[in-house]
Amino acid sequence: MPAKTPRRTIFGFLAPAVITLAVVGIVPLLYAFYTSLHFFNLTKLRNVRFIWFENYSSVLTDPVFWEAMGRTFTMLIIALPLQIAIGLGIALILHAPGLGFLRLLTRLSLVLPMATTYAVVGLLGQVMFNLKFGVVNQLIGFLGIAPVNWIGDPFNAFAMIIFWDVWQWTPFVALVLLAGLTTVPGEVEEAARLETKSWWTVLLHVQLPFLMPGLVAVLILRTADTLKLFDMVFTLTRGGPGSSTELISLMIQRVGFRAFDQGVASAQAIILLIITIILAQFYIKAFYKEV
Amino acid sequence: MAATSGKSRSLGAQIALMLVIILFCVFPFYWMVTTSLKTQVLALESPPVWLFQPTFSNYLTVLFDDGVMRTLINSLIVAVSTTALAIMLGLPAAYALARFEFRGKKDLWFWFITNRMISPIVLALPFFLIVRNLGMLDKHITLILIYLTFNLPIVIWICTDQFRSIPFELDEAASLEGASQWRIFRSICLPLAMPGVAVSGIFSFIFSWNELMFALVLTRTNAKTAPAMAVSFMEGYNLPYGKIMATSTLIVIPVLIFALIASKHLVRGLTMGAVK
Repeated sequence: MPAKTPRRTIFGFLAPAVITLAVVGIVPLLYAFYTSLHFFNLTKLRNVRFIWFENYSSVLTDPVFWEAMGRTFTMLIIALPLQIAIGLGIALILHAPGLGFLRLLTRLSLVLPMATTYAVVGLLGQVMFNLKFGVVNQLIGFLGIAPVNWIGDPFNAFAMIIFWDVWQWTPFVALVLLAGLTTVPGEVEEAARLETKSWWTVLLHVQLPFLMPGLVAVLILRTADTLKLFDMVFTLTRGGPGSSTELISLMIQRVGFRAFDQGVASAQAIILLIITIILAQFYIKAFYKEV
Repeated sequence: MAATSGKSRSLGAQIALMLVIILFCVFPFYWMVTTSLKTQVLALESPPVWLFQPTFSNYLTVLFDDGVMRTLINSLIVAVSTTALAIMLGLPAAYALARFEFRGKKDLWFWFITNRMISPIVLALPFFLIVRNLGMLDKHITLILIYLTFNLPIVIWICTDQFRSIPFELDEAASLEGASQWRIFRSICLPLAMPGVAVSGIFSFIFSWNELMFALVLTRTNAKTAPAMAVSFMEGYNLPYGKIMATSTLIVIPVLIFALIASKHLVRGLTMGAVK
């Protein structure tokens, strides 16, 4: 283990990063807290005044806030099981032996959705799911299904953003689980396969324990990322129609920058931050190895 | 052998499934690129056309008439600068976390990781007000600095892991020779940590290049990045689909190249090291 290092040296190594991150990451948060205690509307800047926790009480009792929160978690609860189920299927296929080149090609194509600019995913959604000239309605038309109004209907629009979330992040889940599958010792897996022909038994009793760390990581990262989700939904639906796809980040953005109520938006942001930190704490305790 | 037919059947199923996966992942890109090569009239054809005479006119228009070239350059300036800055600031910190023992290390660690999870809107609100008061709206440096909130943690995470994998005996030997801690870091560990530096640099670049919300809130014209530009085509009634897809293609291609280069490390980067 490292010997005792002088404090000054440690400080010298850490200070640049710590100070920078504090200035760009913490100072704004303190300022957001300050704003959240004020009546602060960008169109009525003469009227800025200190109002204690009034913004918080109005946010906490505001059905619109909780609906957006509920929508965000509804999306997570629908999308995540789909991503895990399909992702696990893909991981198992890629884990099987043989067909090296095709498997490599599949792995590489999985990289594409994850890296795609989130805003571009939303724009692609607009083009492909358009009622009249979208390719999706043409393709389902071949199956004899009548054109669907994806973007204009509240229910369909919500289904559509789930589709794109699944498109973009199932590959991520698949690659995480594939990494887990490769940690199963080869001889253990071979012995199990000699015992039983059922891939399900092997999965449940041999592979699953090795998949657990990856599954926990997926669960918590997807939760955080759904709470963060903005770009794709903003470019695809702007939260609409009505507020049917207005997730929590979109709602705060609307209140702060389109309704110009920075005070209320800051209070919402601080509440979101608290929820995030509780989740993050759980996250790190659950599986990050310590330094 | 009796098992052969069953085996080849399962092999056939595997091939079919993999082709489906590839198609599912690649088709949207195919559609993006082909739409970008259509004229507006063709793009608004219903039902959509699959075979047509491609034209590059959308690319020429967006690049040279609509100012997408300038926003791409802005994106490049911002992404490269913030990545360089994140690496310069993050490497010594990563080295300290990997090599030194000190009080509060766990809290520091927790704080770094928490940054990965904070929703950008939480920072965008106060950052907008601060930047507006300082008269720094629509400047490159503003985006460069705020992107550090997600790039710095990524660099620190990946590089701490990398430094830990370098044998500590090397440090000890150099220390016995009388080398200072800084020299050990600079001349011994840093060259060995280069793979981690490269990977974290690629990540930092991709995340900055892809970012939309901060760019939307903090820039107007001068420092506008390419994703913000693509979104501004969405205003108005008759959407120029060909132009939107041409801009999208120009944005996505550099990221995809980088992502394919770093594909082996993608999972590690996206989970911040939770999964190797």
